[in-house]
Amino acid sequence: MSTHLSEAVVAPGYDNESVTAKITDVVLSPPVHRGWLGGFAIAFALLMMMNFAIGWLLYKGVGIWGVNIPVAWGFAIVNFVWWIGIGHAGTFISAILLLLHQDWRTSINRFAEAMTLFAVACAGLFPLLHLGRPWLFYWLLPYPDTMDLWPQWRSALVWDVFAVGTYFTVSLIFWYIGLVPDIATMRDRSRTKIAQVIYGIASLGWRGSARHWKRFHMLYLLLAGLATPLVLSVHSVVSADFATAIVPGWHSTIFPPYFVAGAVFSGFAMVVTLAIPIRRFYHLEDFITIRHLDNCAKVMLATGLMIAHGYITEAFMSWYSDDKYEWFMTQNRMFGPYAPAYWLLILCNIIVIQAVWFKRVRTSPGLLFIVALFVQVGMWTERYVIVITSLHRDFMPTAWGIFHGTRWDWMTLIGSLGLFASLFFLFLRVLPAISISEMRDLVHQKSEAGR
Amino acid sequence: MRSCDEFQAGTGDWPNDLSRRRFLKLMGASIALASATGCTRNPPEHIVPYVRQPEDLIPGKPLYFATALTLGGFARGVLVETHEGRPTKIEGNPEHPASLGASDVFMQAELLSLFDPERSQSVLNHGQISTWDALSGELIHAADQWRNSGGAGLRILSRHETSPTFLDQVRRLLSKYPQANWHEYEPLGTRNVPAIYHLDKAQVIVSLGEDFLGSGPAGLRYGRDFARGRAPGAVMNRLYVVESTPTITGAMADHRLAMSPDELERFARDLESGTGSAKAVADDLRKHAGRSVVVSDQFESIARRINESLGNVGSTVDYVASERGGGELHGLVDDIRRGAVDTLIIISGNPLYDGPADFEFAQLLGKVPRTIHLDLYANETAKLCHWHVPETHTLEGWTDARAFDGTATIIQPVLEPLYGGRSRHELLALLLQEAATSPYDIVRAFWQAQHPAADFEKSWRKSVHDGVVANWNPKPSAPETASPATQPQAPGTHLLIRPSSQTYDGRFANNPWLQEFPDPFTTIVWDNAALVSLSTAQRLNLANGDVVRLKFRGRSVDAPIWIMPGQANDCVTVHVGYGRTHAGSVGNGVGFNAFAVRTSDAMWGGPGLEIAKTGDRHELVTTQQHWKMEGRDQVRVGTLAEFKEHPGKAAEGGEPSPRGDETLYPAVKYDGHAWGMVIDLNTCIGCGACTIACQAENNIPVVGKEQVARGREMHWIRVDRYFESGLTSPWTSHQPVPCMHCENAPCELVCPVAATVHSSEGLNQMVYNRCVGTRYCSNNCPYKVRRFNFLEYDANQFEQPVTRKLMRNPNVTVRSRGVMEKCTYCVQRINAVKITAEKADRDIRDGEIIPACAQACPAEAISFGDINDSTSRVAKLRKSPLNYGLLAELNTRPRTTYLARLRNPNPEFDHA
Repeated sequence: MSTHLSEAVVAPGYDNESVTAKITDVVLSPPVHRGWLGGFAIAFALLMMMNFAIGWLLYKGVGIWGVNIPVAWGFAIVNFVWWIGIGHAGTFISAILLLLHQDWRTSINRFAEAMTLFAVACAGLFPLLHLGRPWLFYWLLPYPDTMDLWPQWRSALVWDVFAVGTYFTVSLIFWYIGLVPDIATMRDRSRTKIAQVIYGIASLGWRGSARHWKRFHMLYLLLAGLATPLVLSVHSVVSADFATAIVPGWHSTIFPPYFVAGAVFSGFAMVVTLAIPIRRFYHLEDFITIRHLDNCAKVMLATGLMIAHGYITEAFMSWYSDDKYEWFMTQNRMFGPYAPAYWLLILCNIIVIQAVWFKRVRTSPGLLFIVALFVQVGMWTERYVIVITSLHRDFMPTAWGIFHGTRWDWMTLIGSLGLFASLFFLFLRVLPAISISEMRDLVHQKSEAGR
Repeated sequence: MRSCDEFQAGTGDWPNDLSRRRFLKLMGASIALASATGCTRNPPEHIVPYVRQPEDLIPGKPLYFATALTLGGFARGVLVETHEGRPTKIEGNPEHPASLGASDVFMQAELLSLFDPERSQSVLNHGQISTWDALSGELIHAADQWRNSGGAGLRILSRHETSPTFLDQVRRLLSKYPQANWHEYEPLGTRNVPAIYHLDKAQVIVSLGEDFLGSGPAGLRYGRDFARGRAPGAVMNRLYVVESTPTITGAMADHRLAMSPDELERFARDLESGTGSAKAVADDLRKHAGRSVVVSDQFESIARRINESLGNVGSTVDYVASERGGGELHGLVDDIRRGAVDTLIIISGNPLYDGPADFEFAQLLGKVPRTIHLDLYANETAKLCHWHVPETHTLEGWTDARAFDGTATIIQPVLEPLYGGRSRHELLALLLQEAATSPYDIVRAFWQAQHPAADFEKSWRKSVHDGVVANWNPKPSAPETASPATQPQAPGTHLLIRPSSQTYDGRFANNPWLQEFPDPFTTIVWDNAALVSLSTAQRLNLANGDVVRLKFRGRSVDAPIWIMPGQANDCVTVHVGYGRTHAGSVGNGVGFNAFAVRTSDAMWGGPGLEIAKTGDRHELVTTQQHWKMEGRDQVRVGTLAEFKEHPGKAAEGGEPSPRGDETLYPAVKYDGHAWGMVIDLNTCIGCGACTIACQAENNIPVVGKEQVARGREMHWIRVDRYFESGLTSPWTSHQPVPCMHCENAPCELVCPVAATVHSSEGLNQMVYNRCVGTRYCSNNCPYKVRRFNFLEYDANQFEQPVTRKLMRNPNVTVRSRGVMEKCTYCVQRINAVKITAEKADRDIRDGEIIPACAQACPAEAISFGDINDSTSRVAKLRKSPLNYGLLAELNTRPRTTYLARLRNPNPEFDHA
C-alpha cells in the first residue's frame, strides 16, 4: 500500500494478533497507569463537587442559581443544549459514516459512541435539575395517572423528553451491540477469574461463529440506519424548545439546521479533544492517525462554516424582517451588556476555526487540540448567548433584567465535566476504547488490498 | 405445646366476696384512671366551641367591620375583612369621605403592622419587664403631687390627634391640672391652615409644589375627585404642576415645570401678579375663575390670595380652622431645657428618631426625671424612656378619629389585642384617676355625652356600623383669616425633605410589604436615596449608588445618590423614614436617616446644602432597570384637542394586530361569562395601591432586597414607569401591568404539564399543584407578569412568623417553592360572587366582582367585568376609541386592555 503515512487509517505492520494485543493491553495489563489514577481522581473530585451542588440545589431550590424573571432559563438549559450537541458527533461517526463506508471511522467510533452516551447522560441531568420541583419530573412522561392527565403535547419540552429519551436508548443499544464481540475478546484474554466472569456475562454468549457474525452485521447496520435520523432529529427538537417560543432571538425557522450543524461542530471538537490525549498517553498513534484528525478537522471546518452562515442569516433576517423586537435583539446581542459573550463566540466559532484551512494545523495534534478547545468554549458561549441575551431584554423594557451565573451554576457546569470525565476514564479502564473486531477487519482488508 | 398461661386458672371466675359497693369502687376508679390517661394525650390547648353560634358568623364566610385607620392623625375609613375573627384584608370604606372605598399602600399594609410579631409586647421599666399595675402605682403617687402643684411638671407629647374622645380626656386632664401641658408633634404634619379642595369642581388646577395626590390625609379623596374631573369629554380638567422634585401629582400634569424652591417662589409671585413666566397659567386661571384652584401648602398665603381673588373659595376650596389642639414642640423643648418638666408622657411617637435634630432629644429625655412612652413598638424613644407601655393597634381597641374634613368615625376593634397592650384612652384615664374602665366604656361614654337622646343606642350602633358618625360637627370653627407669610427662599443648593412613599415617616419601617413596595418614581426598594437631577449629577460627577455626605446646617448624613429625571437642578431630595435603629429586624439599618439633617428651622429643607463625595458605593435595588419605551407604544398618549377631532388617534400605535379570522383554527367561543379588565391610563395616578392590595389579597410573599436585586420580586401587579422626551423634563407615565389573560396565551402552549390552562370564561389559570417549574411560560410571556417562587419564599424570615399565617387569605393557596404564580383576576372573588348569585338564582350584576387592585384604586382606573355583557362597564370601555391592547401585535388577544392617556395642554402655554 502506497498511501502516505499521514493519510493512513492504520499504521502498517499490524496483524490480527498485534491489533488485539495493543487494544486490550490498555485495559488488561496491570498495573493501573499513574496518569489514569491522577486524571480519574481529579474528575471524580469534580463529580463530587457537582453532587454537593446538586444536593444543595435540591435542599434550597432553584433560586441558588442565577435564574430570575425575565431570564428564567440559565446555565441548566445552556449546559443541556451544549452536552446534547457534543453527543452528536458520536452518532454521526458511528452511524452515518458507517453507512457511507468511511473506513477511517473505525478506530474512533467506539470512544466517540461512548462520548455520545456520557454526554447525553450529562445533558439529561440538567433539564431535571432545572425544574422548580425536580422530584415531579415524571409528569412530563405519558403514563396513566389517577388524574387522567397527559403531558401537554403542544409543548416542545415534551417532544424533548421523547427526543432525548430515544436518543439515549438507541445510542446505548448501538454502542453495546458494537461492543459484544470485543467484550468476548476481553473475556478470552483476561487473566483473572472475576474479569472472565464479568466479561463473560456481558458478552452475551458470543462465540464468534459465522452465524453470530452474520446477525451481528445485520443488526449493527439496522441500528446504524435507526440512529442516522436521530443525528438530525434530536437537535432539531431541542432547537424547537426555542424556535416555538415567541421570544425574539428564539422564534426563528433557521434553528433546527443551525442547531444540528452546531451540534456536529462541537461534537467533533470533543472527539478531537478526547482523541489527541488518548492516542498520546496510550500510544495509539498507529490506530488513531493523523488522517483521523485531519478528517475530523475537515468536518469541523464544514460545520463551522455552516453555523457561520447561520449567524449571518440570523442577523440578516432580523434586519430584513423589519420586526423591531428582532432587530433590537440583534443589536442588543452585538452591542448590549452581553456583547463580550457574543464576540467571544464569533471569535471561537468563526475566526479561530479558519486556521483549519491550513493543512499544517489539521495535521498538528497540538494546534488542532487548541482549536478544538476554542470550539468547545465557543459553542457553550453560543448557547449562553441564545438563551440569555434573548430573554434578558424582550418585549417589555420595564421587565428587562440581567443574569449572571452564581457559584452554584459554575460548580454544576464544571462538575458535569467531572461526571463526563469520570465516566470516560472508567470506560477506558474497563472496555476497549477502539473496536477490536473492526480494527481486525480493517487490518485484514488493508493487507488483502496490499497483497 | 404448652398452653399459654396468660390467664391463670380461675381468672374467669366471679370472686364470691366482691360486694356491690366494692364493684362500684373499682369501676369508678378505673373509669377515672382511664379518662385521666386519655386526657394526657390531648394537646394542652383549650378549645372552646361555640355553645351558641354568634350571629352572622358562618365559618368560611368573611365578615366586614367598618372602622378607620389614621395617618398623620386623620382618619381614613376602612372595612376590615375578617375570617373567624382574623382580619385578613383591609379595604376602603365607601361611606367614608376620606376613602370612598379606595385605599392606599399604607392602609393596605397596616394589616401587616397589626400582625407584626416584633410589636412591643410588655410593659418595660428601665428596660426590664414590668407591669401596668406597677406603672399605675407610680402614677397614683405622682398624682398626689400633681394635685397640690396643679400638675406642674406634667407634660404630654402626642402626635397630631383628632380623636374627640382623646381631646376630651386631655381637656379634662388639663382642667384638673392647670399647670400641666399637652404638646403635639406630627413629623410630617401639614404646615399651614388646612384647606379642603373640591377638585371635581375645578377645571384648572395649579399645584405649587403640592403633592395632593400622594399620601396625605385627603390624598385618596383628591385622587378620586381629580380622576372624576379627568374623564375625556367637553370639560376635562387641566393640571399645572410646578415642583422641585417629581411627585405622582406632577406625573399627572398637563404642564409640569421643574423648579428649585427659589424659582418656585418667584413663579408663585408671578402667578399672583399674572406676569412673567406664569402669565399663561394665570390667564388660564382667570378664564376659569370660580372653577379653578391653586393648591399649595408651601405657598399657602399666595395660593389663598389667588383663590380668594378668583372667587374659588367656597366652590373649589374651603379654608377651615386648624385642628391643632396641643402646644408646639418648641414649648415642650424649652420647658425641658428649663428643667420645668418632671414627667413626660409620650403617647404614640418616636421624637428621638423623627424629632428635629437640633432639639437633641436624646439629651432632653435624660433631663426629665420620669418619662413614659406608649407606642406600638419599643422604638428608639422607648429605649431612653423610663417606662414603655405597649400600645394597642388601632384595629385592636376602641377609639375614634376625624377625617380631614371633620367627619368623625368611631373606630371599633376587629380582634382582641394580639400582644396585650393599652390604649391611649386607658393611659389618660389612669392619669385622670378615673375608675379603671375599658376603652370601650371611655369612648362610648364620650359619645353618649354628645347624644344624650334616648335613642343613643340606636345612633351608636348605626355610627359604629357605618364607620361614620352622622351629623356630628360640634363647633364649626371659623377659618383663620391670616396665614403665615411665605418664607422667602434663597438660591443655592437646596435640600428637600419629603415623606417616604414606603415608610412614611419611619413608622412603617418594620413593614416588609412597604419596604418592598417600589417607589413610584425610582422603583427603589429596601432603601432611600438622595435624588438629584441629571445635570447636577454630571456637574458633581456622581453616578447612581455613589455615597455622598450631605452637610446641612452643621449636620450631615451619608446618602447614596440616585439620578432622578424631572428633578429640579441643584436640589437634593431625601426621603425620611429610613435608617432606623430600633424598628425591628425588618427595618433596622435599612437606608439612611434623613431626620438627622432636619432641623426645627428647616423642617422641609432649605438652601445651603453641601454635597461631598465620599468615594463609597451603596447598592440601590430597583424593580425596574430601564426607563424608556423603546418605541413600543406601551403607554399611548394623545391630547384632548386631538381626541375631539379624531377620537381613536391617541390609541393608535404599535404594529397592526392580526385579525381574528387570520387563523386556520376555529375561533374559541366564550358563551358564558368572559372576564376582562380595562385600565384607564388617563386616570391612573401611579400610586401603587393596587400592588400592595394584590399582595394582601393573594398571600404574596416578600422576598427581601437581595432577591429583588436578582430580579425575583413577587408582585402580581406591577406599576411600570416610563420617562419620555428626555431625562431633564420628562413626561412620566405609569402603567399598572397585571396578567393580560390573553385569549391566545403564549404561556399556555409551552407548558409541558398543562399547569397553565384556559378557563371557559377566558381566565388564564395557573394550576399550582400541577406546576413542575420549567419556567417556560415565563420566558414566553411577552408581558413578563409571571412570578416564580425560586426559593421557599413562604418560609423566609418575612413570612415565617406564626402571626403572618393568621392574616393570610384562606381563599387563596399559599404557593410553595418551585411553582409559577401570577395574577388570577382574583378568581376567588369571582367564584364567591358566582356562588352568591347562583344561590339567589340571579345573574351576576355588573361591578359586583371587584378584584383587589380595582377595589383599592383611588382613581377608579381599573374596571373589571364581563365583556360578553354589552351593558357592562368593561364592555363599554373596550369599545371606547381610546381602548388598545398592550403588544397586541403579537396576536395574544389580551383580555386586559388599556385606555390611552389624554393630555389637556394649554395651547397658549407652549407659545408663551
